[in-house]
Amino acid sequence: MLSKRIIPCLDVRNGLLTKGIKFQENVDIGDPVEAARAYYEQGADEIVFYDITASSDGRDIMIDVVKRVAETIFIPFCVGGGIRTVEDMRRVILAGAEKVSVNTEAVLNPRLIADGARAFGSQCIVLGMDVKSVKRSAVIPSGYEIVIQGGRTYTGIDAFWWAKEAERLGAGEICLNSIDADGTQDGYEIDLTFLISTNVRIPVIASGGAGRPEHLLDVLTRGRADAALIASMVHYKTYAIPAIKAFLDRQGVKMRMQW
Amino acid sequence: MIAVVDYRAGNLTSVARALHYLHQPYQITDDPAVLERASHVIFPGVGAAGEAMAYLRQTGLDQQIRSLVAAGKPLLGICLGTQVIFEYSEENETRCLGIVPGSVRLFPRTLQQEGPPLKIPHMGWNEVAFTKPHPVFENIEQGAAFYFVHSYYPAPDEQAWILGWTDYGLRFCSVIARGNLVAVQFHPEKSGRPGLRILENFCRWGGRDAE
Repeated sequence: MLSKRIIPCLDVRNGLLTKGIKFQENVDIGDPVEAARAYYEQGADEIVFYDITASSDGRDIMIDVVKRVAETIFIPFCVGGGIRTVEDMRRVILAGAEKVSVNTEAVLNPRLIADGARAFGSQCIVLGMDVKSVKRSAVIPSGYEIVIQGGRTYTGIDAFWWAKEAERLGAGEICLNSIDADGTQDGYEIDLTFLISTNVRIPVIASGGAGRPEHLLDVLTRGRADAALIASMVHYKTYAIPAIKAFLDRQGVKMRMQW
Repeated sequence: MIAVVDYRAGNLTSVARALHYLHQPYQITDDPAVLERASHVIFPGVGAAGEAMAYLRQTGLDQQIRSLVAAGKPLLGICLGTQVIFEYSEENETRCLGIVPGSVRLFPRTLQQEGPPLKIPHMGWNEVAFTKPHPVFENIEQGAAFYFVHSYYPAPDEQAWILGWTDYGLRFCSVIARGNLVAVQFHPEKSGRPGLRILENFCRWGGRDAE
């Protein structure tokens, strides 16, 4: 039986690991390659890197980080942030990433999903969705709106519609991030995760709000997520991945328990 | 030297990186002479069966893979590499290499396991139940998990070829072994330590199923 995946998310800026709250006040806290190695050895099922570097020089630093990660860990990993073209995807994939994730760039240019899927296969293309809860309306019937540019810009796009559209365009997976929950450590947005995960046939990774192992249990069962993204709760060593997996395993969630 | 067959099917660098990590000399190649010289051949691949077979035929690599296997050279198929050694794949309705009797089928859209419909592709970590010991899988625990990503699954005609089973709504053959041929549906190069161990065992293997 297929296991649910636990995926630490590493935000990287200028080649250094950082973690922010609600997209603000990022604090640099270490070397992403070393962090990836540690999580790999602790049984992470996959790793996601978000490059939040602003400058283009920093992008080359990120490619170097990806190459070093690929020589160090032998599980799949995904890289997102600043990927605007198929060429950007190619650089990251050739550097050793299994998957690339597109978010704002895909909203502004949905063809990027289709072009990327054609070039590398759907399994390589992850759609990152940043979602905010809003009043239901004719424009946003689900009550969940897509926001872009790090949560600053409302798009008028319904999250439910966008998830289906991205699947149609060829996305192989969705990483669903609730801006409302992100950084709060109060738990994932369960209703949102359930809505999206039960309405697409591609895997959904829940993101935003993980603070305790119970939150993962909730989103992987009630929320029907296929995988759970975690950050602060492991970066600050409040919890360790083996303990989180052991807890979920005891609760009956299928986990990969040997690595 | 381990030859990694380059047939324009996806990114082969992750297999190469794993071999490098294991200190195994390798070459990514489509050169018949290099394939002939290699002690072992890895036949990886990500992508679609139709395009892969078209390329193999166009380059004559199809004939060479068949004769390498017939000559007894140890060969490891991975993912798409495993699928195209069958007779036929439902993906693009493709006639394949015909080394393993049987076909490759699409997971049914109605696949279910304990409730909601299962997602396609089958993506993530799943377990393999081995039917018998094999040198390439030495020191791999029964039920060890490996990383899969695929929408089509191998279905050999003959039980004798099946070394491992995996469950995803239906039970499918995830490991094939016979003589000098071993083929896996998962990605050993992305399956952590157990995956690396398989690659290492393969590189040391003489090509017989019982030693």
